[in-house]
Amino acid sequence: MTCELTQSRLHAYFDGEMDAIGAAEFEHHLEACPDCEMSLAAEEKLRSALSGAQLYERAPETLRKKLQISLPKAAVAPQVSRSRAESWRWLAIAATVVLATLLGWQYLQNLNRFSQQQAMAEVIVDAHLRSLQPGHLEDVISTDQHTVKPWFDGKIDFAPPVRDFANDGFPLMGGRLDVIDGRTAAALVYGRRKHIVNVFVAKTQPGDSLNGSGELQGYHWVAWQQNGFSFTAVSDAASADLEQLKQLFVAP
Amino acid sequence: MPHRDAAYNLARWILRGRAQAEDVTQEAFLRAYRSFGGFQSGNARAWLLQIVRNCCFTWLQQNHVAEEMTEFDELTMPAKTENPESLAMASCDRERLQRALEDLPAHFREILVLRELEGCSYKEIAAITTRPIGTVMSALARARQQLRFLLTEPVPRGAIRDL
Repeated sequence: MTCELTQSRLHAYFDGEMDAIGAAEFEHHLEACPDCEMSLAAEEKLRSALSGAQLYERAPETLRKKLQISLPKAAVAPQVSRSRAESWRWLAIAATVVLATLLGWQYLQNLNRFSQQQAMAEVIVDAHLRSLQPGHLEDVISTDQHTVKPWFDGKIDFAPPVRDFANDGFPLMGGRLDVIDGRTAAALVYGRRKHIVNVFVAKTQPGDSLNGSGELQGYHWVAWQQNGFSFTAVSDAASADLEQLKQLFVAP
Repeated sequence: MPHRDAAYNLARWILRGRAQAEDVTQEAFLRAYRSFGGFQSGNARAWLLQIVRNCCFTWLQQNHVAEEMTEFDELTMPAKTENPESLAMASCDRERLQRALEDLPAHFREILVLRELEGCSYKEIAAITTRPIGTVMSALARARQQLRFLLTEPVPRGAIRDL
């Protein structure tokens, strides 16, 4: 029924989780796709039925009383109030500061960087898996960098460096738009023997956490920054292959 | 007590019962109170709801059937494709919606309640359920599809649960 390509995008659009570019892109697609239009109408109908039915159930008075008795007095205010929420926050800040002092800043930061990196790696591998679903891999199918590169024009606010490395064993297969961690990224698709390699390209932002290389659920990733872009290559191909692809990108 | 309603509502739908929800919400608040040091500054609601849902799934595991613990990836879809008839959902009252929602697997109930009743963003849902955003997106799509499927069935199936 729904065209496979846009299934997850349809929901992201419906939930207002798309950036302006992605939303405009999707609306453009909607004009030409009655399937998606019908699916969107069905989602709206489901949502209005859910909200109309008033399924939300508030905590009963008995629970409030139980909590008042069971939780130490300090945690229970006579009335639910803003100031209570505020003091939770202050308590939290205090706790964080104490924790940080105990562990030492350096250690904490390393830990933090590691978990951010881990979370980002999960997002990337997830995007890679999503792209492998049927009909999802490329929006523009071409082995010609001069076809793929202009395709991105007007779809994103930067010009990703699109190059074909067929002579080095990484033939360009196509490209598509993707949303990685809430940001629009250009995804370049390369072949490597029988493997598919996704190279995600986004504008570098402060706090971009992925660097170096790693492995997750049997997929390898290599990330680097270059000329204001953040690159992440991900594939089930060997990590040495990804390193080689990185060198091809980095080489002038 | 901030987020008491949010905590109770989530537990009520994951556990499909009001009495259980009261018990588990209380336990979750106690646990949250004891482990306040584990709270990093930021989203207190997401932090609390994560504790609530963990308590709920522990409860289900201890008291319930194994199928409740089925992971997203193992959940089977009712039909590969949807047809126009199934998209045209029958009009439904609260009772029918409640039954359909409760007939969904626990992980689907959880994600729909967080999104549709609690109004959480994808990012918050990912934090609460400790899953990547991509997984949240695809699970939400499947949960909605399955809910719609249950609502288009001519004869409601499944026993009416005693709350």
